[in-house]
Amino acid sequence: MMNKQPNLTIERSTVELTKEDFVSDQMVKWCPGCGAHAILSSVANVYPKLGYRKENIMMVSGIGCSSRFPYYVNTYGIHGIHGRAAAISSGVKIANPHLSVWMATGDGDSMAIGGNHFIHIIRRNIDINILLFNNQIYGLTKGQYSPTTPMGSVTKTSPQGTIEHPFNPGELVLGAQGTFFARVVDTNPRLMTEVMFEAAKHDGTSVIEVLQNCVIFADKTHDSITNKEVRDDRQIVLRNGFPMVFGKNKDKGIRLNGTRLEVVTLGENGITEDDLLVHDVYQQDPGVHLMLAKMAYPHFPVALGVIRSANYPTYDDLIEEQIDYAKKNSKIKTVEDLLNSGDTWEIK
Amino acid sequence: MVNLSSNIIERETVVVKFVGDSGDGMQLTGTLFSDTAALAGLDLATFPDYPAEIRAPHNTVAGVSGFQVHVGAKKIETTGDLCDVLVAMNPASLKANLKWAKPGATIIVDMDAFEEVAVKKAGYAVNPLDNDSLANFNLVKAPITTLTRASLKHMELDTKTVDKSKNMFALGIMYHLFSWSFNWTYDFLNKKFKNKPKIIEANKIVLEAGYSFADTVEALGSVYQVSKASIEPGRYRNITGNIATAWGFLAAAERSGRPLFLGSYPITPATEILIELAKHKSLGAKVFQAEDEIAGICSAIGASYTGSLALTTTSGPGLSLKSEAIGLAIMTELPLVIVNVQRGGPSTGLPTKSEQSDLYQALFGRNGECPAIVIAASTSANCFYYAYMASKISMEHMTPVILLTDGYLGNGSQLFRIPKVADLPEIHPPIAEANDPDYKPYKRDPQTLARKWAIPGTEGLRHRIGGLEKEDIYGNVSSDPHNHQKMVDLRAAKVQRVADYIPEQEVIGEAEGDLLVVSWGGTLGAVQEAVELVHNEGKKVGHAHFNYIMPLPRNTAEVFKKFKKILVCELNSGQFVNYLKMTQYGHDYRQYNKVQGLPFTVNELTVAIKKELEEK
Repeated sequence: MMNKQPNLTIERSTVELTKEDFVSDQMVKWCPGCGAHAILSSVANVYPKLGYRKENIMMVSGIGCSSRFPYYVNTYGIHGIHGRAAAISSGVKIANPHLSVWMATGDGDSMAIGGNHFIHIIRRNIDINILLFNNQIYGLTKGQYSPTTPMGSVTKTSPQGTIEHPFNPGELVLGAQGTFFARVVDTNPRLMTEVMFEAAKHDGTSVIEVLQNCVIFADKTHDSITNKEVRDDRQIVLRNGFPMVFGKNKDKGIRLNGTRLEVVTLGENGITEDDLLVHDVYQQDPGVHLMLAKMAYPHFPVALGVIRSANYPTYDDLIEEQIDYAKKNSKIKTVEDLLNSGDTWEIK
Repeated sequence: MVNLSSNIIERETVVVKFVGDSGDGMQLTGTLFSDTAALAGLDLATFPDYPAEIRAPHNTVAGVSGFQVHVGAKKIETTGDLCDVLVAMNPASLKANLKWAKPGATIIVDMDAFEEVAVKKAGYAVNPLDNDSLANFNLVKAPITTLTRASLKHMELDTKTVDKSKNMFALGIMYHLFSWSFNWTYDFLNKKFKNKPKIIEANKIVLEAGYSFADTVEALGSVYQVSKASIEPGRYRNITGNIATAWGFLAAAERSGRPLFLGSYPITPATEILIELAKHKSLGAKVFQAEDEIAGICSAIGASYTGSLALTTTSGPGLSLKSEAIGLAIMTELPLVIVNVQRGGPSTGLPTKSEQSDLYQALFGRNGECPAIVIAASTSANCFYYAYMASKISMEHMTPVILLTDGYLGNGSQLFRIPKVADLPEIHPPIAEANDPDYKPYKRDPQTLARKWAIPGTEGLRHRIGGLEKEDIYGNVSSDPHNHQKMVDLRAAKVQRVADYIPEQEVIGEAEGDLLVVSWGGTLGAVQEAVELVHNEGKKVGHAHFNYIMPLPRNTAEVFKKFKKILVCELNSGQFVNYLKMTQYGHDYRQYNKVQGLPFTVNELTVAIKKELEEK
């Protein structure tokens, strides 16, 4: 694990902050009932408790419903252009590593038009916290399918059903060598808040996928796993160091059978908790994390909570190290030195 | 070195061109030749001319690599139209370059390379050395390969290594032709092959062999004497336009106290700026090689928001990709310098050739009413100054600047008088102070109309900006129709007001008269020389060369109205002349254009200017 240089830490607030410190004077214009309200509320809970000076928090977004986010929180912020939030955030964090940088984006913004930037910020492991609002639809342009829309869905641009294979964001994050991936649902604010803290603590790119409901264009898109009646059997909240148990009666679990995961029932065929997988978020090898991220209804419960949080050097730390090294070891300390370096001659 | 050849020709300037196969080391030979010329006290300009392919097929015209050097006892402004000396290492390079040799020029060839296969591959029906096709030239048939091998026979090196030093033989001949010393080249070899003493020795032997060959056989017939140029006293170095651009930015960062951030993606011919800045972490430069052109500029916008001198560097196609993000920087009113080292277009076009055809794109290539400041450098050396000024103007006026250079300036080199950083103009970015009770994101300076730069981390200045239209003063999102009109007008006025902070347009030659020749950007040298020639013949002609394109210098109309006709010369189909027609009307505009990926020649311009003077 890398030890942070003191000059890279984020300055802490000398006073205790509250939710009110981050209330913006702008009217929140999301539709009533939109899942984004819950995300905003969790962020407002998390920011004052991070302990950072309020001036050292920065919010960046792209375009889409999710990306109006910066206007609704009183921090420094940029509302960027479509798909480019990851690139803008990268510049912010590299230029000023003393900022806690948060990015709000959606499944269109980051999985489609901004897909390239999304995989590259993850590959570089720049210390940014990404809130990925996944409502499986284009909301702001009024209901076209997105790269995460389930195959076969009828939308305005797929009147006969989509014929595209959707992305699973978790798979994409891990495929891009992601060091942190978590998934939450917008109906569980407590877990969302908890996961945001973990993301903030993680050094490197943290991606939180929020399964979010769009009441207008994809209402109940996540209903099969968030509905109160069934959710306990169709979700599993992963906790580091604990065996993977789920179900209304806490009688189901996930175990590794050969090279594959399987759902088992405790007490059946002599299966006990000892047979279950114990979650290890810090495991460097992403193999099990990938399998967990891919679990889907109806064969598996959908994994929620922090799925992966592995330690790797961050881009922003490494560039500072290179600069420090160069400053100590190079003969060129000023531009005057540079201009007069190498082959020069005097003409009288 | 004392030259005993009987026939010494005194020359004010000489143009030499080294050409050969891509792997023949012509770029290095040209560089060593020009550095030696500079140390001999001559002024110079150089231009490398190489194919887009790294190693095109051996001995083909497509694979010819060249390096042209213009040296002289007077101020050298161009790399020269035609060459006095052509050094051709194989038939293909002769075939491709003979048209650039002056009548009567000295042509030095490696006669050993003219065997049948190579001659055919070059597209010659018969060996040009065997007939009288080169009768109008001073042809020197040098057995370069044979003599190089013979001179190294005792060293027991493999043939490949031996043949690699053929270029030193050619260089040796050239040093004899100019009576120059080997010292500089020796120093270079000692440094370059520090751990390979055998290679150093081999190269030195071949260099001397080339010199002796020229001396003993007196093959050249005569040698040149070029006296020292009268150059402004000071400390000098040789510099390419791309390096000068990178250094101008580093100077601006140091002088303004703003850390430098470059977000860029490699693209010919702009990549050297990225490579150069990546070397200077000791000066605090943060260089981010992005995943694409868009990420390059967007990362720079992020860095700009946090208070960095933010840059992105590219060439034509890359500028197209950056268009939307330039709009974001204009809307958010953040400083940002976008460098476009222009190449031949459209699309992928001619990546290694030079053109001025991205002017429209720089001026107009964005959605909405989206004015950007446009500045153009005009010599390889002054890329330093204009990169510096682009940074200063962008930061002080809080809006993006597009800096146009071109492949010819970027790759070409010139003598550069090293400035004192303290002598460069001061830079005062309008940074907002902590807890300023009057701070509003879009409140403006009454003179410049620039908003303040409120840097994250500063107490009491938290604010949000973005690409949606902003409410005047407060910066909140606004779709109010009158506010939109006002903001469009303010952004345009802010750019126009830069005219009050840039120098007035100068005119060389006549300040009034029959014809004003107008040019901009990288064509300065050729146009200036052509106008001078015509002016010296007593014609009433003046020359205005523009570096500030948007806005134009405030006296432009005054300058133009003193001439009967205005001839605009540019390496495109007429982009600047049309821009002038839009903004400076009521003049009789004429145009001279060329779009061949090649620089202007002084000769063609002289003809064009004279023709314009004769016509009604």
